[in-house]
Amino acid sequence: MADSNLLTLVTFFPLIAALVLVVFLRGEDEAANLNAKRLALLATSATFLLSIPLLTGFDPGDPGFQFVEQGAWIGGLEYRMGVDGISLPFVLLTTFFFPLTIYASWGVTHRVKEYMAAFMVLETLILGVFTSLDMILFYLFFEGGLIPMFLIIGIWGGKERIYAAFKFFLYTLLGSLLMLVAMVYMYYDAGTTDMAQLLRHSFSAEPMEMLGYTIPGGVQTLLWLAFFASFAVKMPMWPVHTWLPDAHVQAPTAGSVILAAILLKMGGYGFLRFSLPMFPVASEIMVGFVFFVSVVAIIYTSLVALTQEDIKKLIAYSSVAHMGFVTLGIFAANQQGVDGAMFQMISHGFISGALFLCVGVVYDRMHTREIAAYGGLANRMPIYATVMMLFTMANVGLPGTSGFVGEFLTMMGAFQVSSLAVFGAATGVILSAAYALWLYRRVVFGDLIKQSLAAIKDMNARETVVIAPLVVATILFGVYPSLALDLFAVSVEALVDGVETAREAALADGLLQLAAEMATEGN
Amino acid sequence: MYTAILLLPLLGALIAGFTHRWIGEQAAMVITTGLLFVCALFSWIVHLSLDPLDPDRIVLMSWIVSGELQADWAIRVDRLTTIMLVVVTSVSALVHLYSIGYMEEDTAKPRFFAYLSFFTFAMLALVTGDTLLQIFFGWEGVGVASYLLIGFWFKKSSANAAAMKAFIVNRVGDFGFLLGMFLLFGLAGSIQLDDVFAAAPDLAAQSYSFLGIEANAVELACVLLFIGAMGKSAQLFLHTWLPDAMEGPTPVSALIHAATMVTAGVFLVCRMSPVFEYAPMALTLVMVVGASTALFAGSVGLVQQDIKRVIAYSTCSQLGYMFAAAGAGAYEAAMFHLYTHAFFKALLFLGAGSVIHGMHHEQNMFKMGGLAKKLPLTHMGMLLGTLAITGVGIPFLYILHTPIGFAGFVSKENVIWTTYLRGGEAGIYAYMLLSLAAIFTAFYSWRLMYLTFYGETRADHHTYDHAHESPWTMTAPLVILSAGAVLAGMEFYPDFIGHHENEWWGPALLNLPRGETLSIIDAAKHIPPLAQFFPFACMLLGAFMAWVFYWRYPHLPAAMAERHEFLYKFLLNKWYFDELYQFIFVRPAMWMGRMLWKLGDGATIDGIINGLSMGLVPRLTRFAGRVQSGYLFHYAFVMLIGIAGLITWFSVAGGH
Repeated sequence: MADSNLLTLVTFFPLIAALVLVVFLRGEDEAANLNAKRLALLATSATFLLSIPLLTGFDPGDPGFQFVEQGAWIGGLEYRMGVDGISLPFVLLTTFFFPLTIYASWGVTHRVKEYMAAFMVLETLILGVFTSLDMILFYLFFEGGLIPMFLIIGIWGGKERIYAAFKFFLYTLLGSLLMLVAMVYMYYDAGTTDMAQLLRHSFSAEPMEMLGYTIPGGVQTLLWLAFFASFAVKMPMWPVHTWLPDAHVQAPTAGSVILAAILLKMGGYGFLRFSLPMFPVASEIMVGFVFFVSVVAIIYTSLVALTQEDIKKLIAYSSVAHMGFVTLGIFAANQQGVDGAMFQMISHGFISGALFLCVGVVYDRMHTREIAAYGGLANRMPIYATVMMLFTMANVGLPGTSGFVGEFLTMMGAFQVSSLAVFGAATGVILSAAYALWLYRRVVFGDLIKQSLAAIKDMNARETVVIAPLVVATILFGVYPSLALDLFAVSVEALVDGVETAREAALADGLLQLAAEMATEGN
Repeated sequence: MYTAILLLPLLGALIAGFTHRWIGEQAAMVITTGLLFVCALFSWIVHLSLDPLDPDRIVLMSWIVSGELQADWAIRVDRLTTIMLVVVTSVSALVHLYSIGYMEEDTAKPRFFAYLSFFTFAMLALVTGDTLLQIFFGWEGVGVASYLLIGFWFKKSSANAAAMKAFIVNRVGDFGFLLGMFLLFGLAGSIQLDDVFAAAPDLAAQSYSFLGIEANAVELACVLLFIGAMGKSAQLFLHTWLPDAMEGPTPVSALIHAATMVTAGVFLVCRMSPVFEYAPMALTLVMVVGASTALFAGSVGLVQQDIKRVIAYSTCSQLGYMFAAAGAGAYEAAMFHLYTHAFFKALLFLGAGSVIHGMHHEQNMFKMGGLAKKLPLTHMGMLLGTLAITGVGIPFLYILHTPIGFAGFVSKENVIWTTYLRGGEAGIYAYMLLSLAAIFTAFYSWRLMYLTFYGETRADHHTYDHAHESPWTMTAPLVILSAGAVLAGMEFYPDFIGHHENEWWGPALLNLPRGETLSIIDAAKHIPPLAQFFPFACMLLGAFMAWVFYWRYPHLPAAMAERHEFLYKFLLNKWYFDELYQFIFVRPAMWMGRMLWKLGDGATIDGIINGLSMGLVPRLTRFAGRVQSGYLFHYAFVMLIGIAGLITWFSVAGGH
């Protein structure tokens, strides 16, 4: 496989298409716009088709990296790419989603060419995050992705788009700066930026003194915190989540879909790729903190979601709550927890993406996202009502939909670590039902009394085509989740085993005692 | 055949739901109903031909596999399963048939039938579940179906509110179910029923620290599961959704909120009997909650005016009886009452539906009366149903080892006796409450009959004159269920709790010996005669009081209500549970949400982070205020330069 360039091809194909679009396509008229749309749809669809051999050629029984590419790059840096069971699902999720969002954006009229180009650049940058195996490369993609998203919100967004774009940008950038510093340190410590080697490297977990305080886990803890700052914002975790509702509300539909379905997953992927395996001792030390923050996120944002008056904001808050389950699962660091977190991220991609598409459908018709402006849509939009019901139920984690599997597994994994945390998290099961059904009741059920809605039309063919694959995926993965679980089970197992081994070693060396003592003192 | 029973209703639901535009409404109804009758036939075949001593499991395919956790889609075949199959498919088939008549004028018939069939599928998945997870799948599935059906008339605001309430209150129970499942997995390393059962005796010796409380592991797991059961079966504190659920079409009430779904909690406790048997404290809790619910719901049922609400509270109360028996360790008696109750309660509901249909959607009993002549068949069915639910029979008479009486008599007496046998303070408490509840049962049941069918009519002239008997699709189910209400008790007594009991049940239930030589069921038949007779006497008293109040001296109820206004209001307003919950849960949650949003997210988090970040770069705030979207490219360009600079730096620093 070493001589295959498939990953590079998949990753950069959209970028090349974007260049072609920008360089060769001239004109601002209807025809040019249509061509831009067609080209973008074609290119992203082709990317998806190109990524299918990744799935068919992937050996799920091998926990190592596959489709590895390696070569010298500028200035002595190395170009390394590869996927394992943990990154491949995200690659596929990305290539799967982009054609849908492009097709969902068919109604864009403002700067169509740039819009399409921005999305295709974004696709390359996101794919790069999941495929790069070199730390520096990873960082470039990770940060680079900010730019097109910043533009998408800032140019094609709603009324408050500038505020939202800056908020999005500042939060995520500030988080990342600390990560950069940590990466520099890691490079000096391990002597390489190769992630495969870094994964085998063990960073010191000896307690260290700093400003008169003893830091349990020492260097690992500091590195962990630096990475955490970045990934927690991306996730987003409470209390650095407040950029998300604003960004979602202002972003155009397709932007929201990509943001919710894929961009948020970069945080979770980062935790699984860096934090947990590279700093296992620090992860163990910090598990109480992460659990606390996750549970607060679930309860807090669910309660906030209950009171929202804007459909998109409500779904955005519900996303934060669902990501709380992901962090819970990841740092439970056992098979069910991490399996669940992986699954939850994939499934949340389908469900939240679909929900934002659903919002887009009515927004395109009524140009408002205010819940109070709707009511009784079921009377005139039976298809819409059915689709929305499915995703509402998936969002509340109904068994038989993909939403259940992730929530269930993460909680089951976390329960083995802390039953208290799961007790708190499981209240999310009740609260999510409350806000989701209440939203549905206010928007879809009821009699159709508002004059403005009297002529509203049901989903058209294009909208149905966009949402249909998500309907299938949500049910298919809910009834037969092994389709996804089998893909990453072995990689997750290797990850969990590695963490376990490192922890046992740390325990034998007495490295965890200090943390335990501090915890008891703290109580 | 089991697979067919499970999947045919799903097939029907899909056909009705998605193809009705092509095949037409009529075909959608006929297909779903036909498939359900096939299912019912199959169910009776497997029920009657089951070899209970040789339980089996049929694996359909794998579901969630993660490490140790292995959960399949599978069917558990034993006596408990086949009983539930028979109950669910039979009632469902009859309700499908009935709905053809009842929903005649509705414009969304295929949707209704799709929901009904989907419900049946979910319920079957629940009762056939071989892992806790699949039971949970069905558990939630019936919850959704119930939500959809309660809110079927989605234009009605009250129906939507009731649907939501049902789902959310049920979720409170599910919360317990989930935690119980996690705990059992954590302890036993599996959620497959056989593994959990095998581990139960060992776990009984373990303790587990939960929320800072050291508790016996099995007790804890059972209590958590029971919380789930309380939600689904509308037991005290989690009962508030059931009366509201009457907003749904009446066939739904009969199928879901009387005969099948609400009994899922009882089923769960019985299904998990090999675990509950090791948790005596949890069992006591089950018994006490069950008995308390029986009395509470009965008391509220005394004063309701809506015919469906009376029956709803009656259901709630009867479910309490079942739990009380299960809590006493007499799972067989609980299941038997579940079984007979399905017949007579479905009968009562469908009868009420027939009345409502005949009265053009009037549900207030005080606007009825004298309908016996107008609806003779319905009246006959309701009368038999009432005789069954109040428990009319001949005490102490056994012919061929079988007591003689209506279905409710045969099953309910044993329920009450077992609590007496269980003894202790809790047992006596339960025995007394259940006996008292028997007075209430008889009272509100006969009150319903008097108000609806006898005496002078209070309906307006027009409605009364146009009151009509229902079409055959509706009366045929009534006739069949009437036969069940009369005979089901006597016919199945020997199997469920009579002399065949042991061979018939096989290993489906576990009863640990508690020092008695006889099984709990047999021992319950030997409690003192007075204790045996007391509940029956209570029933007679209740019936007599109803006769006094609503036949002999019909002005008495109003006078009583006036004199004891507080008590009357208290009962009429269902002990003010709704108001209480609104006050302690709903409003604070909304208030907290708003506070967290405005003050937490807005003032605090945004305040600090925006203040910090934007304060550090004061110019940015000014920029951010005025920049136009065109300037965004400039910023993007600056970022690009930054990244380019970064690469350069790394190349230099990292160059070899």
